[in-house]
Formats: sequence, structure tokens, C-alpha cells
Amino acid sequence: MSQTLLVAKPNRPWKLTPKQVLPDLLGAVFTVASTLLIVALSPLKGKLGFAITLIFMAILTATAVSWIRRDRKAAMNSTTTVLVYIAAAFVILPLISVLYEIVRLGSVGFSLGIFTDDMAETSSESPLTEGGLLHAVIGTAYIVTFATLLATPIGILTALYIVEVKGRFAGLVRFFVQAMSGVPSIVAGLFIFAVWMIQLGNAYSGIAGAFALTVLMIPTVARTSEEVLKLIPQDLREAGLALGATQWRTVAMVVVPAARSGLITAVILGVARVVGETAPLLLTVGGADAINLNPTQGNMSAFPYYVWKNLLIGNENSISRAWLGVFVLMILVLIIFTLARYLSTSRGVKK
Amino acid sequence: MSSTDGKNTNNDREETMSQVTGKQSRAIQDPSTIKQPVATHSLSDVASARRAKFGQPTNGSTGLEAKGVHAWFGKKHVLEDISLDFYTGTVNALIGPSGCGKSTFIRILNRMHEFIPTASLAGQVLLDGKDVYESGVDVTKIRLRVGMVFQKPNPFPSMTIRENVLSGLKLAQIKIENSDELLESCLRRAGLWDEVKDRLSEYGGALSGGQQQRLCIARSLAVNPQVLLMDEPCSALDPGSTLRIEETIRELSSSMSIVIVTHNMQQAARVSDYTSFFLSDGGPGRLIESGTTAEIFTNPKQKRTEDYVSGKFG
Repeated sequence: MSQTLLVAKPNRPWKLTPKQVLPDLLGAVFTVASTLLIVALSPLKGKLGFAITLIFMAILTATAVSWIRRDRKAAMNSTTTVLVYIAAAFVILPLISVLYEIVRLGSVGFSLGIFTDDMAETSSESPLTEGGLLHAVIGTAYIVTFATLLATPIGILTALYIVEVKGRFAGLVRFFVQAMSGVPSIVAGLFIFAVWMIQLGNAYSGIAGAFALTVLMIPTVARTSEEVLKLIPQDLREAGLALGATQWRTVAMVVVPAARSGLITAVILGVARVVGETAPLLLTVGGADAINLNPTQGNMSAFPYYVWKNLLIGNENSISRAWLGVFVLMILVLIIFTLARYLSTSRGVKK
Repeated sequence: MSSTDGKNTNNDREETMSQVTGKQSRAIQDPSTIKQPVATHSLSDVASARRAKFGQPTNGSTGLEAKGVHAWFGKKHVLEDISLDFYTGTVNALIGPSGCGKSTFIRILNRMHEFIPTASLAGQVLLDGKDVYESGVDVTKIRLRVGMVFQKPNPFPSMTIRENVLSGLKLAQIKIENSDELLESCLRRAGLWDEVKDRLSEYGGALSGGQQQRLCIARSLAVNPQVLLMDEPCSALDPGSTLRIEETIRELSSSMSIVIVTHNMQQAARVSDYTSFFLSDGGPGRLIESGTTAEIFTNPKQKRTEDYVSGKFG
């Protein structure tokens, strides 16, 4: 007899066999079929009726199948699983639908020409091949860059005060930061409008818009940074201090580098918070159709303003332009965020 | 033998030992007699095999001394009247059950105690005869002279191995001429050089737990401390890494005094010259007995010490 040699083969014993999958598959088919039947027979008509019935039947079928095959515990597990999937669908479906609409309607007017021209000499009714949104690109770039340059240090230093310095007013500062994050964006615009423009007598300018966005951005950056800094183990701070470092050196050389990736996320979230803000810009920047390269003086445009204005004009081409504005803004933001993420992790592999 | 050239061969180590103990010429000829007790004999044998250096103040240094130290967290009295002398060039083990204040005590020695918001204390900690808690003392200078190794290995995650070792200099803003030489000597003294010499630009987190702990030791050596405090440095490590760190401790003890908190009796018996037993009977932790390690493990004066070191409680 030949000796049986056991050769180990990589295997996945936990993988479901077709036989095990079959009841679930049948359950899914039954769910859809019964839903169609119910919709056909009952007065529940239309997409909404279909969706509600589908959800109801999915929960019912999954629970029943589990109960019959196993026991009550398995049935509970199936119910919650289906509920979680439904919740996820409620988040993902609208998002995909929004993205789909933006791409569908926004890509109509898309050409490289839009990055080389503004709307100064183009009428709103002229075809999409004329004019462009360079003025909005420049305006948003100026305003958001200035706002980020102002809000990042203030936000992160605020978080450091709350988490690292733990000064006497840490609780108060945290309370104000939280309160600020609930302020409606138009209030930030009104604040700058009242103080910077009316009290101090400045006119519309990009810098005023940047100030308004800074007010909105600080709480987001500060709160996210605070959470990130809290995650840094106390051990590391003590290790730094035990080596004879001052608190400032420990924070600058140990804590902040360890939290770097999270702090970049905080800034990204801050930018995401303000990049689409319209109301504060209307009050502080004023809006324009022509390129303005001077952020300290004169009206400027920005993506939200460009979209808002074209939507208000309301003719066919201008509405297409509004969608185009949303589309281009989305792509630019995506590029910037990907770049920031890449740069924040490119320095070696951690772990 | 100078402390910086520590090549990790057996011979070198035994040389260190002979300098340290002075009288073990026989044991040195047969390396097995050093290691044998660890595996087979009782704690008291282990302790006596390693004869204590009877610490004499060297180079005019009186080392580190705690005088009547009390500590509180809020209203809770956690340490009562601890007076201990740590001579230069000795290894001092602090033993005792959990919660008896050993860690609090060593954190008092390099002023880490004050980072706990509710903490307070009484008494004096004298470093070379000067109270480290005196007003006007630069606390960062104290921590430079009294280094610390923590229970959990905590290399700085954003720094490479090289940067980790030299981080103390950067953190304390000390300029140095030849950083490569220092890097190598610190890693050699911590017994890590051979394992990491080809991967100095990798991140510290990429090392194993035992290597990370030795990296942390190397990091605290770079600023050339006079005293090294170790808070259960081996509690998270496997026996192999523990042994390497104990060797490291022995090598280091020729150039600095070491205070080590440990729950491992064997370890206290193996590495220390002096042992102090702490105990809390529900109230504040007290120093029950302190003496040479051989004394504590073979012939303790107090019944409670004997019970603890022989494993009858705790």
C-alpha cells in the first residue's frame, strides 16, 4: 500500500457552501416576488409604496427564515442585520443619486475652455462654449486658502490649549468652540459685514470673505484636532517630559508629529465645511463676473456664488452653468483632498 | 571597562561583573555558575550569588536620597514616610504588591508625580544633596539627570529608530558633535545595536516589544543620566527580552544608579544590589524593610517581608 501523505492545502472551511446560501437566496427571491405581488394586489402604489413594502418584507422574510432554520437568537440577529443594511442604503442611495445628477447635468458644459475665461463679456444666454468659470476658481482659491491659513493655526492652537495646556479657561474655551460650531453660516457673514465692513469701513473684498469663512472653519478644525490629540497616549507625553523636555518641546516634537495625520484630517474637514458656503460670501465678497486677482480689494466671485447666480438667472444655459459649477467644484475638492491625504501618509509606513 | 564600549559578548559582561562585585574570580572562570542559579536554585541562592556592592559615595556624589516622602492623590494618602538612599553605581529593586505606591514613589524621584492634577507630597528628594523640589529648581534639568523607562514600551511613533535614540538631545535642545558615535554607544549599551544597526531609519514601532523597550532604554541613555528609574520595564516582555534587559541593567549599573520597580521576585534577586519592600495594609504604602538583596531574600528581619518574598501572600 502506498503511504498516504497529507499535503496541507490552503482552505477556507468557514466559506459558505452553495447549499447554505440557497435559503438566503430563496428568501431574497421570495421577498421581491411577494413585494411585487402585494403592490399589484393592494392599493400601495408607486415607488414609495414599493420601497416600504420591500423593506417590510425583507425584515419579515429574513427573520422567518432564520427562525425556522435555527432559533430565536438567530432571528433577532437577522432582523438587526437587515435593519443595518437598510440604514446603510438610506445613506448611500441619496448620495449616489446626488453624485449621479451632478455628473449627468454638470458634465454637459464641461470643456477645458471654461478654465481660461470668465463671464465678464458673456451673456447668460450665450451657449456653454462661451465664457468660463476661471473667476470662480480664482476667487474660491484665494478665499479658501486665506481662510485655511488663518483657521488652521488658530484651530490647532485652540485644541492644544484645551488638551495640552489644560489652562484655567479650557472648559470655557471648549464650550465656546462648541457653541461656535452651531452658528449658522450667514451669522458669520453678518459678523464680518458688521465689524469689518460697516464699523471699520472696508468694502467688499476677498479677504473679508476669508475672514467670514475663518469664523466658520475654526470650530471644525479645533474640535476635530481636540479629539485627535486626546487619542495620543499619555505615555508619549510622559516619555518626552521624562527626557528633560519642556512642555512646548514635547508638544512640538512628540505629540503633534504623532497626531499629524489626524490634524490634516481636521484641516480637510474644515475646508469641506466652508468651501461650499454661499451666504457669508454674498455679504462679504459681493460676487463678480470678472476675474479679480486682488484679494484685498473689490468684488470677487467664488464657486458657490457662481452657482447661486446662474441658478437665479434661470434660463436653460445658465442652469447648465450652475450644474457645471457644482461639478467642477466637486472635482477640484476631490483632487485637493486626495492630494492632502497622500501627502499626509507618504512619509514612510507607520506601525 | 568603560561603559560605552559594551560589546555584548559573555566575556565583556563578566568583566563588568567582576568589577562590580570584585570578589567573584571563581565564578568568572566558569560562566555557567553565573547563569545556573537563575534556572535551578531558590531565590535566596540567586540573591546571594549576586553579591551586593556595598555602595560607597563615589566621585563625591551621594546619589539619590528620599527623605520622609509622603504622597497624596486628592485626600487619599498613598505613601507614608519613605526614606531611602540610592547609592551611585547600584541597582535598587522596589518590590511589593500592586497598589502599594512603588510606581508613585519612583515618579516622585524625577518629578513626574506632579503631572497628576490631584497629586501632592511632603518630604525631600535629594539629588547630590540638593532637594529637587526646592523652588527655583529647573525641573527639566532634574529629569535629564534622572531618566525614566516606562512599563509599556513607548518609542515615539513619528520618529525613526535613530531619531528615537537621539530624541532626548533634540527635546532638551542639547547640541552634540558626534551623534553617530553616541547613537551606536547608546544602542550598544542597551543591547540593541546588533539587531537594529542595518535598519536605523525604520520607524521605532516596527520593532518587537522587547526591542522597543530596549530602544526606550537607549533613548534614556542618550542624555547621560545619573540615575535611571525603571517602572516594571519587563512586565510586558517575554523571558528572552527580559533576560536581555537584565543584562543591560547589569552593564549600566557600573556607570549610574538604577531604581527598578518589579513584580518579579526572581528579577529583583537577579539584578539588584539592594531591595526595598513596600506594603500597604489598606492605608498608605509604607516601606517595610530595606537592605541588601541577599539579606532581604535570605534573612529578612520582618515576617511580612519573608512571607512576601517566599510567595505566601501578595
